[in-house]
Amino acid sequence: MSAPLLAIDHVGVRFGGLVAIADLHFDVHRGEIVSLIGPNGAGKTTAFNVMTGFLKPSRGQVRFRGTPLGGLQPHEIVRLGLARTFQRTSVFPDDTVFDNVMIGLHRRGASGDHPRLLDTLLGRDGAAERASRGRALELLDRVGLAARAGEKAGALAYGEQRLVGVALALASNPTMLLLDEPVSGMNASETQVFVRLIRGIRDDGITILLVEHDMPMVMAVSDRIAVLNHGRLIAQGPPAAIRTDPAVIEAYLGQGSAAREAAHRAAAVRETSDA
Amino acid sequence: MTRLAPLAVLAGLGLLPLALGTNPYLLNAMITTGILIIAAMSLNLLLGFTGQLSLGHIAFFGIGAYVSALTSLGFDVDLGFGLRVVHAPWPAAIGFPLAILAAGACGWLVGRLSFRVRGAYFVIVTISFAEVVRLVALNWVELTQGPLALTGIPAFTLGLPGLGTWTLKTKLQNYYLVLSVGTLCYLIVARLVGSRFGRAMRGLKENESLALSVGIDATRTLTIAAVISAGMAGAAGSLYAHYLRIIDPDVFQFSTTVTMVIMVVGGGKGTLLGPIIGGVIFGMLPVALRPVMAPEAQWMVYGLVLIAILFVVPKGIVPGLAGLVRRRAGPAPAPLAAEVHP
Amino acid sequence: MAEFYQHLLNTLVLGGTYALLGIGLTLIFGIMNVVNFTHGALYTVGAYLTYLAVAALGLNFFLALPAAILGGLVLGAAIELVLLRPLRGSDIDTTMLVMIGAGIVLQSGTLWLFGGVAKAIPTPFPEAPLQIGPVSVSWLRLFVLGAALTLIVLTYVLINRTRLGLAMRAAFQDHDTAALMGVNVRLIYTATFAIGSSLAAAAGALLGPVYVVFPQMGGMAELKAFAIVILGGLGNITGAAIGGFILALAEELGAGYISSGYRDAMGFLIIIAVLVFKPTGLFAKAERIG
Repeated sequence: MSAPLLAIDHVGVRFGGLVAIADLHFDVHRGEIVSLIGPNGAGKTTAFNVMTGFLKPSRGQVRFRGTPLGGLQPHEIVRLGLARTFQRTSVFPDDTVFDNVMIGLHRRGASGDHPRLLDTLLGRDGAAERASRGRALELLDRVGLAARAGEKAGALAYGEQRLVGVALALASNPTMLLLDEPVSGMNASETQVFVRLIRGIRDDGITILLVEHDMPMVMAVSDRIAVLNHGRLIAQGPPAAIRTDPAVIEAYLGQGSAAREAAHRAAAVRETSDA
Repeated sequence: MTRLAPLAVLAGLGLLPLALGTNPYLLNAMITTGILIIAAMSLNLLLGFTGQLSLGHIAFFGIGAYVSALTSLGFDVDLGFGLRVVHAPWPAAIGFPLAILAAGACGWLVGRLSFRVRGAYFVIVTISFAEVVRLVALNWVELTQGPLALTGIPAFTLGLPGLGTWTLKTKLQNYYLVLSVGTLCYLIVARLVGSRFGRAMRGLKENESLALSVGIDATRTLTIAAVISAGMAGAAGSLYAHYLRIIDPDVFQFSTTVTMVIMVVGGGKGTLLGPIIGGVIFGMLPVALRPVMAPEAQWMVYGLVLIAILFVVPKGIVPGLAGLVRRRAGPAPAPLAAEVHP
Repeated sequence: MAEFYQHLLNTLVLGGTYALLGIGLTLIFGIMNVVNFTHGALYTVGAYLTYLAVAALGLNFFLALPAAILGGLVLGAAIELVLLRPLRGSDIDTTMLVMIGAGIVLQSGTLWLFGGVAKAIPTPFPEAPLQIGPVSVSWLRLFVLGAALTLIVLTYVLINRTRLGLAMRAAFQDHDTAALMGVNVRLIYTATFAIGSSLAAAAGALLGPVYVVFPQMGGMAELKAFAIVILGGLGNITGAAIGGFILALAEELGAGYISSGYRDAMGFLIIIAVLVFKPTGLFAKAERIG
């Protein structure tokens, strides 16, 4: 097997005395869709924050395309091609959907591609701006929000804000995309559309790692699933194997109906409080 | 419509002295207000577009004033250790760019130092910086004359090769100089805000984590904004020094920063026209209040007005009016996008 | 060496009032997340109340301090009720600007009422200083030190030994949870702002007679309070108390051995140094309240 695209190498995270992640060790390979699942509080979002530089691991390291990410700031990591979305606040709320994507296109193309500040002041950024606007429309089309371009992002429905988040992440032209609970708060048909979108993104050559509570969605979309419980990886493998893995059933799917219900209720609460 | 508004404001301001006549008191108030509006526009770049409340903005203004004045007056300072710095007077027109550079450099310093912390800390650092600078101006008598003030600062002299030179001694000339510099500053702010850099600033203000995650470098973006903002405030300070032709450490008064804040917040922070509209209103308010009340009572009114604005139109006058117009005219498509792409 | 001991003694006197100023400010920030830009004006008000009580009303000097504290309590509660309570939930910038507006109103109101001429407050203490070995200290300053220390101790007792203090500590930790547990958070906010304000007024009442009283005296006091609070860590009461003495020491040594013109710059140099080396304040790890 080739070298992994993303390697999580025995990562641990502690907050004071609290262990959020005890020992996380897994790889994601180019072209895969991998899901990271686990009960609430298992450390999934913490793992995302470590991978994207928002948190420093207490031990271990993350490597992306062989580059250790330790010591890099979030904006430096995304420049390497590792983009992410956020669970709750996935938009710039006071800007239009179109301007959201324009903000997301900050790092468009290679480093010499965007206008310098002096060019901006002298009005010589027209061509680059036009190109950015074209790309923004493409991205909105891609996630199915072209019709919403002129609306304020903060006023969109929750599910649509998620799509803006994906467009923003794609705007950085990533090699790999981390999606944090992308379909929570979406209804079944929206979820279906989203699954098609994810598959399409993967078919364009972008590797995907997602954290998700929606089990049917995870089972349907993933090539491989990693299961986290109490900050530790308890199983990984293809969906069929995970479904029958005794450790997983005991830790997670055994109380699956209860856990899912709780997750859905939490999502519903969030949605109403966000509205 | 939105494109025409700034032009209309510019035309109005250009014709104002003709309409009001050349009453020196009024013209003086208009010039100092214009200078403060330039400073307010620079403050708006930080407060309105990046969301960082700088309450030490007067420091950059005052540094600009002192640098420009000292450049044109010359100085002879003993730094100790046998180091003596002597500077012969240079033309005021050289003081102006030097003021921008010096203030910008201070903006860089303060930005580097304080953007590691945000919110309340940032506010306190900026206030402290301004106070240290004031104390230096007050105590480094050899350089600044301390409380005795720098006097005899020359007026600006503009020269065009082959066309001769003009020394801007009259109030009317200074008014148009301030208006020109102000227009230039407006254009710079408008360009910045509508550009990729402006989007980075807005992104950081609205959702910092998300902005980082699309590759925006927070420290770099905020520091650049602080440098430009400080440089612009320094330009305003230079205009002030060469217009009044005398400055003392009182230029660093906290109350001037408060005036700028009131102009920005009252007019509408984060809008291009806000500081101008707010500046005209709150800059000329003392002229209206002067016949009816004492200065300290005027300040009480200022304080009450600031509180009232925050309670009644928290977003400021310009967005408040725009909202009214929109409601009258029915839903307009994407007005925000129109404003930020000039 | 005698000079050095004299500086240490002056530090104690000055540090006590600085600590009061800092504790009041940090208490308000810690519990309410409000940067109180009326703090300096309240300091001024405390000094003028003392002046009014002693010089104008002919009240006993020792009754003036409680009167100033009471005035601070009432004024603080009024500011909280009228300005801050309706703004609960708005962002910190808005409350800061409203507090700046209120500070301007208070300061220019003082100027309007009393005029710009500095006033001296007569005291019942003998002119001749007390000589202790190589150092001397006026009786007035000794009284100021004693009163300041008493007030600091009283504040500690209030926060750590009373039901109100318990509720304040609960609100400090997490005001939502405190509200769920039956703490009347609105009342706590009003009480907190009133107490913080009264400490500022007390500091003004104590330092007013030492120096002179003028309407702009609060501006510098407020900036010093900021320095103290940053030094101790925003919201850290013990930090503010220690920070007050550290600032006083820095000022005394700075004025004594460098230049008296830069006495007031010490606080800001401290702020800058703290931000460069330890942005969370010197005592960030210490228990945050009480």
